[in-house]
Amino acid sequence: MRFLEQMMKIDRRWIYLAIGLAVIIPAIIPFTVPVPVSKEVKNVHDFVENTDSNNPLFLAMDYDPSSMAELNPMAEAILKHAFSEDRKVIIVTLAQFGPGMVEEITTRIGKEYNRQYGVDYAFLGYRPYPAITIMLMGTDFRVPFPQDYYGTPLDSLPIMQGVKNFNNVRGVIDLTAGNTADMWIVYGNGRFNFPLAIGITGVMAADYYQYLQSDQIFGIIPGVKGAAEYEQMIGKPGQGKEQVSYQLVAHSVIILFIVMSNVAYFATRRQKKTIGGAQ
Amino acid sequence: MTKKLIMLLCLVIISSSLAIGQEAIPDSAGLAPPAPAPPTNVRVVDRPNDAGHGLIVKWDLSPDDSAGLNNVAIYEVFRAGSPDGEFISRGVVPRGITEYVDFDETEPNSEHPNPNFMPVNSTWFYKILAISDNQVRSEFSSVASGTTIENWIHTGKIPIGVAAITFTVFLIIFISSARKGKKMYVRPLAGINAVDDAIGRATEMGKPILYILGLGTAGDIATIAGFTILSRVAKRTAEYQTKVIVPVQDPVVLAVAQETVRTAYLEAGRPDQYNPENVFFVTSMQFPYVAAVNGIMLREHPATNFYMGVFYAESLILAETGNIAGSIQISGTDQVAQLPFFVAATDYTLIGEELYAASAYLSQEPVQLGTLKAQDYTKAIVMAFIILGAIAITAGWPFLRNLVTINL
Amino acid sequence: MKREIPLMIVMVTGIIMFLQYFFPGRFLFIPFISSEKLFEFLNDWVMVIGILSLPLGIWSLLKANVNKLKAADERFYSAILLMGFLVMVISGWMPEWRTKGVHLAIFQSVLIPIQSTIFSLLAFFVASAAYRAFRARSVLATILLLTAFIIMMRFIPMGPISDINNWLVEKILMVPNMAAKRAIAMGIALGATATAIKIILGIERTYMGRD
Repeated sequence: MRFLEQMMKIDRRWIYLAIGLAVIIPAIIPFTVPVPVSKEVKNVHDFVENTDSNNPLFLAMDYDPSSMAELNPMAEAILKHAFSEDRKVIIVTLAQFGPGMVEEITTRIGKEYNRQYGVDYAFLGYRPYPAITIMLMGTDFRVPFPQDYYGTPLDSLPIMQGVKNFNNVRGVIDLTAGNTADMWIVYGNGRFNFPLAIGITGVMAADYYQYLQSDQIFGIIPGVKGAAEYEQMIGKPGQGKEQVSYQLVAHSVIILFIVMSNVAYFATRRQKKTIGGAQ
Repeated sequence: MTKKLIMLLCLVIISSSLAIGQEAIPDSAGLAPPAPAPPTNVRVVDRPNDAGHGLIVKWDLSPDDSAGLNNVAIYEVFRAGSPDGEFISRGVVPRGITEYVDFDETEPNSEHPNPNFMPVNSTWFYKILAISDNQVRSEFSSVASGTTIENWIHTGKIPIGVAAITFTVFLIIFISSARKGKKMYVRPLAGINAVDDAIGRATEMGKPILYILGLGTAGDIATIAGFTILSRVAKRTAEYQTKVIVPVQDPVVLAVAQETVRTAYLEAGRPDQYNPENVFFVTSMQFPYVAAVNGIMLREHPATNFYMGVFYAESLILAETGNIAGSIQISGTDQVAQLPFFVAATDYTLIGEELYAASAYLSQEPVQLGTLKAQDYTKAIVMAFIILGAIAITAGWPFLRNLVTINL
Repeated sequence: MKREIPLMIVMVTGIIMFLQYFFPGRFLFIPFISSEKLFEFLNDWVMVIGILSLPLGIWSLLKANVNKLKAADERFYSAILLMGFLVMVISGWMPEWRTKGVHLAIFQSVLIPIQSTIFSLLAFFVASAAYRAFRARSVLATILLLTAFIIMMRFIPMGPISDINNWLVEKILMVPNMAAKRAIAMGIALGATATAIKIILGIERTYMGRD
């Protein structure tokens, strides 16, 4: 009983230690877990798969380095998928600290798959005020982005020939950790009616399923698990697959703690009741 | 709709690369496959709800589309500026579709000449042909013409306009009836009732109050509601001579927050007590801001933390740190995703519209109470529409749905 | 006058922004005024004001921290902040340092790891908050607990049980979760619209520093 009472008012630092270990141990002793593919991630995969080489895909990487652990695996998986199948990709970022990170990823994967900048992919750069930028891109990409990230006028990029606004791209995939997803849904899909999919952090996932049901988006990649599913489908296991095992252990630990907390709660409550009954 | 568009877009691209400049492929017997019949009854109408830069071409299906020879694959639409001018291809649509929306809104300028631009009141001529699975082209259809018209009002958005006007009328009616002295009841909000106790607690403990306005801009409704509550909190702290710390992350929010606190101190009759340095800018970056606020919490051990405004992933990091620091915490946000975190980690939470209603409840002003009443009545109408809509759709009557459908 | 002019600006721009939404071509049928151009013009102002207000924030930050240099207990933190500020501003000024050198090095090796670290605190705090919050104290709390349990199990692959669990998770998210969320969202939308109308009509003015 004493133990259970202790459990009720456990020092939170023990919980932190357990969570810390739950993340560190799988990193030291790696193991993989099977990842069943869900429909909403498959939709995004199939969409990229069915793009043809003439029609660029529009990828918005609207996240800061703080959430790169969850979203970079998605970006990498999508880019690897697109590049290995000769799909063209136009990339922007609407996050303040996105540009450096986006440049690093696109250049690295571009090189890996021998893609040529300007022909196979282009990075337009960053603009503040996402909602307004999305609306301006709806009229013409050249309004918010007269030049790309490297200062080349968009008209000089072969990939941008005949690509004026969202009417000329296959669709938009937005990777985000914040409310930019809402802006793409409201101002992007709502105003310009292009196909939209989102990749979001695990915490946000439950909130965006409603847009899936209302057909405002056609797919969701939720958190690391979603990224792992995508990697599974393209047969290129990467960070997502690796991190899903950390997530598995951490979730199990949290579930264990909740169970323990409830056992302790009921036990101490019953004890209090019996004491109350005796009096 | 979206699916259709994707399909359409795909087909347009695939087929245009196939269709252009290819000859009929003879079949194994050496005979050219038969050409499909052209589509008939071509007509052109103005594209509705636009600024006058688009037309819609409509036609009846070719007799060989899903019937007759059943060999139509796509239709290709051609356009010219005059009946005997050069007809150029504008695009293709898959079989079974009887409509093509043609528009180009980019006005030409010296740098970007755009011969395809469709000015207001310009007349264009269209003809269409069907192309078979074997790339055999039909004859052209007859030529039809149409003129672009600038539409004055967007008819697809009328339901929004009607709803907005109805709501405004409700607002005006209830505000004026409240001003005439009609009593209006507002349900007590636990979070707001706790505000005064929390300030009293801080005064007794001799510790400051921390007020977080979140990551929103000064234009966000939740932040504006946050200012209203801040005004009330600041007035009380001025009366009790308790310190209120307001770290902000947006320069515009900073200006407004400083003004709000200053006026509150003025109204409490203690302008000398106001220290502008207690309302300060930290950084506009999310997590560095969180780090700074967490630092303040752990150093100053505020008696009470208020979280009123727009919050994202930082909600739980802030609230748990506040919990560690032993503060009483009152939160309010309209970010549905963050509500569970606040509910779990803070003592009181204002859920969504409760945050907006807080200003009415705090001030008990007729204007504010009237607004709440108008919201309630509008909500009743929305609820009635939801129930009737569910019944109507289940019974197969599309009338109500058509009435409220918005075509953007 | 000091209050009337801003209120007038709020009312006029608010009404213009509302009306332009319904006019695809010329705004209010007035010749030469395109709704779209008007919309772009007013949005440009939002950016201009936002950018011009930035020095205000920087001024506030510097002033507060320079003053704190006098206080013995917080002197250390303020000194680091001011130093960091100076280094980043000066190094950001030099074009060759921006893409390589001090600026980028601080950005990549200090800022990015610190940001990720603060964000990752969430994992620990979720665990401790869950430990406290998810207790079956009442019927409602038990339902909450069970639902949370089912949703969390989605992240744990368990063979055939996973399929049943996934189905259950989808149903929970799509039906009761969505119903509750939509109800909250509608309330928020009405509240936001009401506040917007009150601001446009000049009824709500607390944000100007007055009740």
